[in-house]
Amino acid sequence: MISPRMASGMQEKQYTPSLLSFFVYNPSFGSREGEEEKKILFYHPSEVEKNEKIRNVGLCEAIVQFTRTFCPTKPAKSLHTQKNRQFFFEAEDSFWIVMVVRNPMVEKPNKDGRPPTIEYQEEEILDTVYGAVLRECYSMYKLFNGTFGRAMEAGGVELLMQKLDKFFYRYLQTLHLQSCDLLDVFGGIAFFPLDKMTYLKIQSFVNRVEESLSLIKYTAFLYNDQLIWSGLEQDDMRILYKYLTTSLFPRHSEPELAGRDSPLRPEVAGNLLHYGRFLTGPANLKDPEAKFRFPRIFVNTEDSYEELHLIVYKAMSAAVCFMISASVELTREFCEQLDGLVGPQLTLLASDICEQYNVNRRISGPDKEPQFKFIYFNHMNLAEKSTIHMRKTASVSLTSVHPDLMKILGDINCDFARVDEDEEIIVKAMTDYWVVGKKSDQRELYVILNQKNANLIEVNGSSSHMFSWLYLLIPTLSTTFSSWTERNKGKNCTKKRERKRDGERAMDCFTTLKLSALQGVMTASV
Amino acid sequence: MSEEHYLELCENPVQFENASSVNNVFFDEANKQVFAVRSGGATGVVVKGPDDKNSVAFRMDDKGEVKCIKFSIGNKILAVQRTPKSVDFISFIPDYPHLECSQECKMKNASILGFCWTNWNEIVFVTDQGIEFYQVLPDKRSLKLLKSQSVNVNWYMYCPETAVILLSTTAQGNVLQPFAFKSGTMSKMPKFEIELPVVPKPAKPNLTERDIAVATIYGQLYVMYLKHHSRTTDSPCAEVVLYQLPREGSYKKTNVLKLNTTGKFALNVVDNLVVVHHQSSQTSIIFDIKLREPDCALNVHQPVLPGRSIHPYRIPLTGLAAVPTQPPVPCELCILYETFSPACLTCAVCSPFASGYLWYLQVKLPPTVNLLQDKGKLMDFLLRRRDCKMVILSVCAQMLNGGDKGGLPVVATVFDKLNQVYKEYLEAEQTYTVATESGPSRGSAARERPVRTQAVIDQSDMYTHVLSSFSEKKDTSHKFIIAVLMEYIRSLNQVQITVQHYLYELVIKMLVQHNLFYMLHQFLQYHVLSDSKPLACLLLSLESTYPPAHQLSLDMLKRLSTANDEIVEVLLSRQQVLGALRFIRSVGGHGNISARKFLDAARQTADQMLFYTIFRFFEQRNMRLRGNPSFIPGEHCEEHVVYFKQVFGEQALMKQVTV
Repeated sequence: MISPRMASGMQEKQYTPSLLSFFVYNPSFGSREGEEEKKILFYHPSEVEKNEKIRNVGLCEAIVQFTRTFCPTKPAKSLHTQKNRQFFFEAEDSFWIVMVVRNPMVEKPNKDGRPPTIEYQEEEILDTVYGAVLRECYSMYKLFNGTFGRAMEAGGVELLMQKLDKFFYRYLQTLHLQSCDLLDVFGGIAFFPLDKMTYLKIQSFVNRVEESLSLIKYTAFLYNDQLIWSGLEQDDMRILYKYLTTSLFPRHSEPELAGRDSPLRPEVAGNLLHYGRFLTGPANLKDPEAKFRFPRIFVNTEDSYEELHLIVYKAMSAAVCFMISASVELTREFCEQLDGLVGPQLTLLASDICEQYNVNRRISGPDKEPQFKFIYFNHMNLAEKSTIHMRKTASVSLTSVHPDLMKILGDINCDFARVDEDEEIIVKAMTDYWVVGKKSDQRELYVILNQKNANLIEVNGSSSHMFSWLYLLIPTLSTTFSSWTERNKGKNCTKKRERKRDGERAMDCFTTLKLSALQGVMTASV
Repeated sequence: MSEEHYLELCENPVQFENASSVNNVFFDEANKQVFAVRSGGATGVVVKGPDDKNSVAFRMDDKGEVKCIKFSIGNKILAVQRTPKSVDFISFIPDYPHLECSQECKMKNASILGFCWTNWNEIVFVTDQGIEFYQVLPDKRSLKLLKSQSVNVNWYMYCPETAVILLSTTAQGNVLQPFAFKSGTMSKMPKFEIELPVVPKPAKPNLTERDIAVATIYGQLYVMYLKHHSRTTDSPCAEVVLYQLPREGSYKKTNVLKLNTTGKFALNVVDNLVVVHHQSSQTSIIFDIKLREPDCALNVHQPVLPGRSIHPYRIPLTGLAAVPTQPPVPCELCILYETFSPACLTCAVCSPFASGYLWYLQVKLPPTVNLLQDKGKLMDFLLRRRDCKMVILSVCAQMLNGGDKGGLPVVATVFDKLNQVYKEYLEAEQTYTVATESGPSRGSAARERPVRTQAVIDQSDMYTHVLSSFSEKKDTSHKFIIAVLMEYIRSLNQVQITVQHYLYELVIKMLVQHNLFYMLHQFLQYHVLSDSKPLACLLLSLESTYPPAHQLSLDMLKRLSTANDEIVEVLLSRQQVLGALRFIRSVGGHGNISARKFLDAARQTADQMLFYTIFRFFEQRNMRLRGNPSFIPGEHCEEHVVYFKQVFGEQALMKQVTV
């Protein structure tokens, strides 16, 4: 899985970080000499020779054990070597997951046909990013399979190994380690900006559906891949959201974009047109062969440990997840009832939201490329917002800035994580870029500016201005952030400043956010 | 089944002596008085009205048989008709002699059909040849003719509320000519023709006064025509046709009430409802002309409720004849449904007793609740009734506690209907306030303060009578309770009514009780629970059970922008001294903050560097403010100055710069 990238002029080859191996083990399963293989529950790549597997697992075990002597509660989380980096994570009591990532490297060709020199860039990858990726692997496993412990109770090691094999075999292929960044550390949720009234309508819709279809235990409502309502607890929603937005939705949006499989169809009962359809379960209700099987998910694993059917139903851009206890068998009748009830209402609601959204967009003016880019995250509610990342696709998430800048963001984040205090960090990057990071209580904001010939004082001056309004700025963050600034730009520029360099104007606009915030805008605060 | 009787008779009927050879009984629809005239008045005239104020007894000379007798408005002047040509007047003005005079009708050969008082001293004679409008001048013992109009009259009808007289003209009697009277003026309104089901040949009076009633419904004057079934048309049932008579402009045939049966009927109007009594089945049905029928053509109405008899009335036996053990006798209402006036009276004469009774008819709302299953329609119906508040609130409570009918969609419909009325009232109030505030410059535009009817159910009514007890019900799922509360909040928001704080508190209480913090969180995130200081404080108090409440609360205080002091307090209490200072500086309030508060907080952290920083900050501030770094005695910082010296030494104090 090496994707070489051509770099400047010379015949230099760049290799991005890639997955070398991934394994799950439990040291207590083969504590006796000669039984070491029993410890290994899953190993990728599977074709690795048995003794090497045992050696690698043993090494990890030893490192963890050794580091424990320094701090019994916090054993080593990662091991840096020249060629690769290993990440350790104790997912459940004595169950360890290890991920080994090969460092990015540059292959420089040598003259005279000598083998090329390989330079490992061991400092290029961040512990926080890949540590988060590893934890997410486990969370995703747990979402669809429950905990390791439960699997052991139900069917012993065999069942657990089966489950691990089945899940990770496919899941690891979807890991794109080269494009992991700060957003993976946050693992946040994008919230859809919405006015109070429309939000209440959605509430009302959810409540009504839950009332008339009393089997439904939890409901989540999304629009445009952004969350509006979650009946699930935050942590469960976080991972479900990840699954929906990076796996399920992209899988289904492609046929839609391609124009085939037009979902418009007349509804038999009531003769109403609606656009509703199931994203999980039966593709076509009319199909007599249709299977009414839905994916199962596990939530609240800490306390009530619930297993649920996950029904995802979508009409236009609005998607609703209905979760029903797995002990209930879902029938054709139920699905038809749900389709008949939810389809028309959701279609109506979706067009309501769309209209509202377009009105807001029109108010805030045309979407232009803003002069700055930012990432915002609030630890309290996991709300995240990024103007750096393009729309995610099934395969890869694209960023619009250079990876080096992303790395700086990650570094700043690491610094923030070290202390509890509010902090602000300003970094001058190459080619006129400035990166400003600010942490205030639970919130973090990272801004990338491209301000030619600016000095630290200027950047600091404008940024202190913009961060002093952080509190007020928050409510507006969920609207089209850039558009607000565009809209207010005119007002401000006429007021002051003779120098109108691009960068400065952008900063200027940033400060005017306070105006828009004070207007008590119609959105959620995230 | 007795709780199904939605019509009842009033508790205190007007009791009068039965008509007999020596006793004549008259009824005046204008004053709602019953006159019992014994022996032509010589042995006494007893007048009884709906309340004691209107009851009078007197004697008058027997000058022949009395044909009609009525007091003017306010019992000022009594008019008595004894002959077909003239009416006698007796003045009853207090402290005035009982002067008498008589007036003959002006038109020759005319005979008086009757008369109506339109004011305390204005009277209209209706003769078979027209009408004559007089003013009575009691001190001059004479009448002054104000206006007259000649037209052939078959019969007439009077609506006292609007002072409109309806004359039946033409040979068939089906052309109705209304006249309106107002303080000395008489105006002719456009006449109109009632379409008769069968046109008799030769023409003879076919429309009788029994088939016509006049009443005001929802403030508009209506003529109701009871159209009996006709063999020629294919509709076999009787119906009531309503003609609206606006003050200006021409009449309109507006509504048709389907009676779905035939027979003898009587009409009443009670609380803007048309009540139709059917004699043979002993039942009454009601119509609300504002209630639209979805399955009927426009303005064709079916009865609101299934037909029911009037609640049985028991006449208590009083007087000497009463035996204490004997139970009250149920009144046999089968005798007569004699309605003298559509206004509000029904009269029954009970044969076993030697007296007659006159009752007001009343609509009992509670039984309608069970008879009208469609809650939306029920609300429409109730919201237009007079004493509806408690019934509506009980319907709401029942709807939420019953839990069987319709669920949330019905709850939503009901809330929307209530809040629509509530909103209209608030808007009217608002316009009134604005109008009065803008000054009484234009006297002509003086508005009347909008009347708050019982149908205005505000948030505190809803909270006190329905929601607070509902939210405490143990057997109802909290999910449903929260859904209902949110539905109410949604409904209020939909009509842009500001939601009261106590409703939010109720929602928060429910969510907290059931550990649904994430739900609460999301509501706050979308500003569903509007910002307020009390709400922010409530959130702050939740911090120990749900840490994110801290940030939510601070954000809210910040958005309020009037709560900077509170924010500082919160930050200081969490020992975020620097944060508090940064904040207060960012909002520009650091010039006059209490240094002591910050220094106290910094001391408590036991962080000496922090204390140093804070101390230095205030020294610099003092410098800027007063040109001297030392604290003034009023700030009570001596203790901290001593501590500072003790820890950092005297020389660490900031020196005053002397120029």
